Amino acid sequence: MIPALFFYLFAGVCVASALMVVASRNPVHSVLFLILAFVNAAGLFILMGAEFLAMILVVVYVGAVAVLFLFVVMMLDVDFVQLRHGAMQYLPVGTLIGLVLLVELLLVTGAWVIGPGVQKTVALPIPTGVSNAQALGLVLYTRYVYFFQAAGLVLLVSMIGAIVLTLRHKPGVRRQVISDQLARRKEAIIELRNVRPGQGL
Amino acid sequence: MNHAAELPALFPAMPEIILAVGAMVLILMGAFRGNQSTGAVAGFAVMLLIAAGVVVAVMPSETSTTFGGSFVLDPFARFFKLLVLVGSAVAVVMSSEFLSTPDRARFEYPVLIVLSTTGMLMLISAGDLIALYLGLELMSLSLYVVAAIDRDRLKSTEAGLKYFVLGALSSGMLLYGASLVYGSTGTVTFAGIAQGAAAGGIGLTFGLVFLLAGLCFKISAVPFHMWTPDVYEGAPTPITAFFAAAPKVAAMAVFVRVATTAFPTVGVQWQQIVVFVSIASMTLGSFAAIGQTNIKRLMAYSSIGHMGFALIGLASGTVEGVQGVMIYMTIYVAMTLGTFACIIAMKREEGPVENIADLAGLARTKPGVAFLLAMLMFSLAGIPPLAGFFAKFYVFLAAVNAGLYALAVIGVVTSVVGAYYYLAIVKVMYFDEPAPAFVPMRGELGVVLAVTGLFVLLFFVWPAPLVDAASTAAKSLF
Repeated sequence: MIPALFFYLFAGVCVASALMVVASRNPVHSVLFLILAFVNAAGLFILMGAEFLAMILVVVYVGAVAVLFLFVVMMLDVDFVQLRHGAMQYLPVGTLIGLVLLVELLLVTGAWVIGPGVQKTVALPIPTGVSNAQALGLVLYTRYVYFFQAAGLVLLVSMIGAIVLTLRHKPGVRRQVISDQLARRKEAIIELRNVRPGQGL
Repeated sequence: MNHAAELPALFPAMPEIILAVGAMVLILMGAFRGNQSTGAVAGFAVMLLIAAGVVVAVMPSETSTTFGGSFVLDPFARFFKLLVLVGSAVAVVMSSEFLSTPDRARFEYPVLIVLSTTGMLMLISAGDLIALYLGLELMSLSLYVVAAIDRDRLKSTEAGLKYFVLGALSSGMLLYGASLVYGSTGTVTFAGIAQGAAAGGIGLTFGLVFLLAGLCFKISAVPFHMWTPDVYEGAPTPITAFFAAAPKVAAMAVFVRVATTAFPTVGVQWQQIVVFVSIASMTLGSFAAIGQTNIKRLMAYSSIGHMGFALIGLASGTVEGVQGVMIYMTIYVAMTLGTFACIIAMKREEGPVENIADLAGLARTKPGVAFLLAMLMFSLAGIPPLAGFFAKFYVFLAAVNAGLYALAVIGVVTSVVGAYYYLAIVKVMYFDEPAPAFVPMRGELGVVLAVTGLFVLLFFVWPAPLVDAASTAAKSLF
């Protein structure tokens, strides 16, 4: 009873705030609604017993991604009303595609049968008696070490790519060179003048 | 709970490990020594690719799996891995002029090619959907970056951006398909999917369609080909040569592996898709290339058409058909690399040119190059006794034996249409008034052109090694 209540609470707020992300006129409000949607999705994860995913969702999406969005939205002076101007002319096409997708989804999920062999082919049984994080840790570096390393390589490539495509060495930029700073002698840079009273330099 | 895990066997993945570790060493070397080390990094990159190729070649020929079945090493994988490594190594060698131009010398370029090749090898050996996706992303991300590596040229950045946006879209489709397949079979391993797919179901069919759509994008088959001409034209020419060879081979390999090992029980369903994609690609490749004036765009349409021909083999769904795909891809790589060696060498004093009209009268200014290029064009058109004819012969034969007569007939008709624009290039070279001569061809390009030209010319003398290797490799899938 109580879990069902919370499920409808989280799910309802999640869907409503997702709607508001698209519908609200102020982009900052959109991002805030996005955060609300994420938090409610995290609540749904907790109801399913996936507390690690819930925490990751809050930490990564709310803590990092959404805040980054917020910064970008606030710093870039994008006129969203202007951008949305003329969006209405695509409404018929959009509605049509949406309807087609809806029918497809209904077809797919309406006739959905979990294959009879599914229980036998599950890659890993759900471990009992350990927390999510521990269960993930037990397989991440053993069973899934290949995927883990491959994902690491993908991230390495994205880092190299970002540097290759955007880093520019501008000429004339003064950089701090600590060895040069330490090697400076007092004699080379300081000139002592005997300033007489009443005359100045 | 005791989870004493033993280390998975690393030996089957040795080529990938060599490339990945080597790439990291090279990136450090470049980071410390800056762009003046580009030449050395490129040299080491070629050596790494060759070393990985040697390891692949000496590996035992029986099928082995590791990492819990995510990584499969079988004769099929070894065949395609060798082909990919050769394609990548030749592409790096052909880039040496690009990499020795001061403002374009970037040591990341060879490193990214090595990382991309690592992704291709992982893709070829993928034994489940997660390994497939990670390999595909590793390959594609590096490709997006190298497409835009000439970042001060508008066309290059446009090519990179276009490739990235459309590639991300196709990855999304692939993942959506993978999730539907997982949802209806409960597993991501190909063997498990093959078991679970026997029951069928509409969710599985939807997943299959989306999965194949994502893969069609990577081999640039119609209707997912839109990026190809723009990316080929915009990217620097040596990079286009790389795009046209190795990634196509890897994506085709995984296409064949997914279709034959993960969905053998729903063969009828993917066969329809492959037949449609094949016909559409052959037709578009033949007709759209006719109006092109830029030779890189022409090669883009040509490669779309060739992917259509290669898919004929897969459409037949037999050992013979897969063997045909493998022979086709090998000969395609040789023809493409040879042709691109000529395109890279299309350079006058004032800079590189890339229009077909610039080849006018090449037979009088450079008879040797013109002869070899003409042979490559005849081969691309599929004129006997050159290698390209045998490539088409094996796939058409497989289609006829599988009862796909209409497909084979359409293939023959479109290859006749396609012959028009290949022959038009030969006509421009031999019968038009000479345009100003190109600067002398660089040595490494000459070697690539000579080797590939002789390969297509003399393939009919001794086709047995390739045909036998492809036959053994194809059998390992079934």
